[in-house]
Amino acid sequence: MKEIIVLAEHRRGELRDVTWEMLSKGRQLAESIGAEIGVALLGKGVDQIAETLKPKVHRVLLIEDNRLEAYNSETYEKILTQLITERKPLLTLIGHTAMGMDFAPGLAAHLKMPLATDCIGIDAAGEAFSLTRQLYGGKVNATVSFLKKGPYMVTVRSGAFPVIEKEVLPGELAKIPSPLTDEGLAKRFLQYVEAAIGEVDITQADILVSIGRGIKEAENIPMIKEFADAIGGTLSCSRPVVDKKWLPKDRQVGTSGKTVKPKVYIAIGISGAFQHIAGMKGAGTVIAINKDPKAPIFSAAQYGIVADLFKIVPVLKDKVKELRGK
Amino acid sequence: LGGTVTVLSIGGEDSNESLRKCLAMGADDAIRLTDPAFDGSDGFVTAKILSEAIRKIPYDLILAGTQAEDDGYGQVGVVLAELLGIPHAALVNRLEVQDKKVKVHRELEGGLEEVFEIDLPAVLTIQTGINEPRYVSIMGIRKVAKKEIKALGTSDLNLKTEEVGLSGSDTQLEKIFLPPVGEGAEMLEGKPEEIASKVFDILKDKGGLA
Repeated sequence: MKEIIVLAEHRRGELRDVTWEMLSKGRQLAESIGAEIGVALLGKGVDQIAETLKPKVHRVLLIEDNRLEAYNSETYEKILTQLITERKPLLTLIGHTAMGMDFAPGLAAHLKMPLATDCIGIDAAGEAFSLTRQLYGGKVNATVSFLKKGPYMVTVRSGAFPVIEKEVLPGELAKIPSPLTDEGLAKRFLQYVEAAIGEVDITQADILVSIGRGIKEAENIPMIKEFADAIGGTLSCSRPVVDKKWLPKDRQVGTSGKTVKPKVYIAIGISGAFQHIAGMKGAGTVIAINKDPKAPIFSAAQYGIVADLFKIVPVLKDKVKELRGK
Repeated sequence: LGGTVTVLSIGGEDSNESLRKCLAMGADDAIRLTDPAFDGSDGFVTAKILSEAIRKIPYDLILAGTQAEDDGYGQVGVVLAELLGIPHAALVNRLEVQDKKVKVHRELEGGLEEVFEIDLPAVLTIQTGINEPRYVSIMGIRKVAKKEIKALGTSDLNLKTEEVGLSGSDTQLEKIFLPPVGEGAEMLEGKPEEIASKVFDILKDKGGLA
C-alpha cells in the first residue's frame, strides 16, 4: 500500500498547528492517489500527543526515546533516515518551520530524495507531484515539478492549508524501536530562551499602527508615533524595523514575532511578506498604506491607500486631531 | 580568534561588485563560481557546487544566509553541511565561538529561541538582524579595487556538466504567475483630506475611536 507520511511537529508538549494542516492536505492527497496516511511522532513521553493524532491517520509511527526530549537535527535525521528507508513512503511532508528548515534539506540530501521547500500548493499527478511556491516575498507564484523519481519530500508553509474535519480513521499505533545510541552528538541542545518582555504588550492593543521597511530611517518613526498617539493606537512593526534595531523585538508582528488580533491594524510601508501576514491576519479591520499598488499587503487588507506614507500620514494625524478636538 | 575570511558566491561577472564590497569590508579572499552549465541549478545543486569549492579551502566555520530573497528555498546551507559531513544549525540570530565549539541561538516562532552547542567546523545559516554590517568606505573600495577575484568553473571543481544546472537538479521551475487576488481591499481614493476623513470614520466604526 502506498503511503504518505506527515512528520508531527511539537514543542514543549504542544503539537504545532502546521501538523494538523499537513495531515489535512496529506489525507486529501492520499485519498486522491489511493494511499494511506501515517504520522511520524518522535519524542519522549508523547503518548497523549499520539492519542490526539490517531483519529486523523491510518497509523501513528511512534518513536520514543529519552534523547528526544528536545528537538535536535542530528537525532531527527538519524531516525527519519531509518523510517523512510524502511517504509519508502511516496511522499513525506514536513513543516517549513524553524524546525523543518533546520533538518529537512539535510535529510533529503542524505537520502538523495528530491525536495521542494516552502510549498503552498501540492497537486498529485499520478505518482508525481506538482508544487506551488512563492518567489520574491510573495509577489510572484511559481509551479515547480520534480525531475527525479520519488520517494519525495515536501516542506509545507504554515497556514497555507486549511484544516478540514473528516471521518475518523483507524489510527493504529505502531511503536518503532529508536535507532539512537549513547554515541555523542556534534550538536547539543542546551536550553530555550524566552522572548523578552517589553514595556508594552502589542497583543492587547485595540488599534495597532504598524511600520515596515517603507519608513526608511529611524528619524521618521516619531512622526508615526504622533499619529498613533492621536488615535490612541500602539506602535508595532514588521521584521526589517527590528533587524535595524529601530524598535525592540517585542513590537514585531509576524511568525518570528507576535500574533496580534487588534480591532484595527494600520500597516504603513509594509509590503506584506507572508511571515508578516501570518501575524496579523486575525485583525478585525486592516488598513494598508503603501505606495506600491501591487504590494501583497493589499490582499490582506479591507481598506487600501496607495500613497507616499510621508505625505499621507501627517494629513491623517492632523485630520484626526481636528475631528477628535471637536 | 585570528584566521582569515574567504567569501564565495555563484554568479556571473556582475557578482564581482558584491564580492569586492565584501573584500572592502575586510574579507581576505574572494572566489566566484561561474559556468554557463550552472544555469537552472536548484537548491541541492547550488549546495553541491559550493561544497566542491569549499573542500579545497581549509575552514573552521561556514556562514550562509538562511534563505534567498528571490527563490527562498532555505536549503543551501543545510545541504552544504550534509555534503561536507559537518554539523550545522539554521536560523541563527546569535553566536559565540568558544575554542573548538560554537554556541548558537536559533530563532523559533513567536520570539522563542533555542540554544545549541556545536562542534567546529560547522555550517550556520544566519537570520537577518544578527548585527549591523560595517560601513564600506570609498577608501576601502579603492584599496581592494585591484585585488584578484578567482573565478572557478565546473572543471576546476571536479564536477561533471551533467551533475550541475538543470540536468543535476531534482526540481524544475515550470512557470511563474501572479498570485490569485482575493477579495482585495477597498481602495480609498481622493484628496488626502478626503482619505483622512474616511480613515477617521473607519477608526470610529471599527476601532471604537471616540
